[in-house]
Amino acid sequence: MSIPDPSEIRRGARDVLPLVPAIAGFGLVVGVAAGNAGFTIPQAIGLSVFVFAGASQLAAIELVRDGAPFLVVVVTVVVINLRMMMYSASISSYFRDHAERWRAALAYLLTDQAYALSISHYRENDVDDTRAYYLGVAFPLWAVWQTCTIVGIVAGANIPDSWGITFAVPLVFLALLVPAMKDRESTAAAAVSGTVAAAGAGLPLNLGLLAGAGCGLLAAVVAGDVA
Amino acid sequence: MNTWLWGLILVAGVLTFSIRYSFIYLVAKTGDLPPRAKRVLAYVPPAVFAALVIPEFVAYDAGLHVAPDQLTAGVVAAVVAYRTENLFATILSGMLALWTLRFLL
Repeated sequence: MSIPDPSEIRRGARDVLPLVPAIAGFGLVVGVAAGNAGFTIPQAIGLSVFVFAGASQLAAIELVRDGAPFLVVVVTVVVINLRMMMYSASISSYFRDHAERWRAALAYLLTDQAYALSISHYRENDVDDTRAYYLGVAFPLWAVWQTCTIVGIVAGANIPDSWGITFAVPLVFLALLVPAMKDRESTAAAAVSGTVAAAGAGLPLNLGLLAGAGCGLLAAVVAGDVA
Repeated sequence: MNTWLWGLILVAGVLTFSIRYSFIYLVAKTGDLPPRAKRVLAYVPPAVFAALVIPEFVAYDAGLHVAPDQLTAGVVAAVVAYRTENLFATILSGMLALWTLRFLL
């Protein structure tokens, strides 16, 4: 297999660029929180490298700070990250033909943003080598995340919330959601999922998202069967 | 504390990687998923994107919470997304709308 296509890598990098300030800001928050919770610098780096999933890292850091038992922290991380199993299933057919080592590397870099941008790109374009665009999106996110968690724990500095830079993240999902609602079934999926997720926003462990997505998929199937 | 925390980081890391790798690993071993599963998976993007977006605007957590500036900026961005289907235009319009509402008005 040849090396990934540079023009597709650049395209991915260009698409992910507006997300960089938001991910940097979130990375700083996680770094600062890790420092305050008593993580050493190597441990904060270890958490970012091994887990590499912001919401679950922040939850784990808070639980460690509060002296939660080992199992509670592990279960929390697993439940918060369970949504990525949906992404893994959804994107798997696009990665099927890559070598095992590549698939493991692509899986390690899987995030909400890498999944969302890549699956949308694959569906709108005839992509020959799916690694290139994905790496263009996922690797910059990884590098910014690692750098900013380190800066956060070392410098202890955050970007003020009022600047609103993290708002770029939902805007990207919104930009991808609109063209994804292309028929009755997908519109039903989005409407039900969004409503359930909003209603379940107060649930612990990001369960609102899982419940929303699950109900949304069910709604799509029902809408398809009724039609 | 040190060994405990390192153990925690490693276990959490291995489990998180297993979640990410799960189907990407399996599908290459077993071949394609059954047609019914593929049909359902085709709706993961709209379902997940909506579940990630909507709670940023409206959320129920012991009472209904609406973020008026984010909601307005989101509506502006949604219109731009619908008209242009352009990622940059959508993000730019949403951010400009948010900053206008927060800092200028």
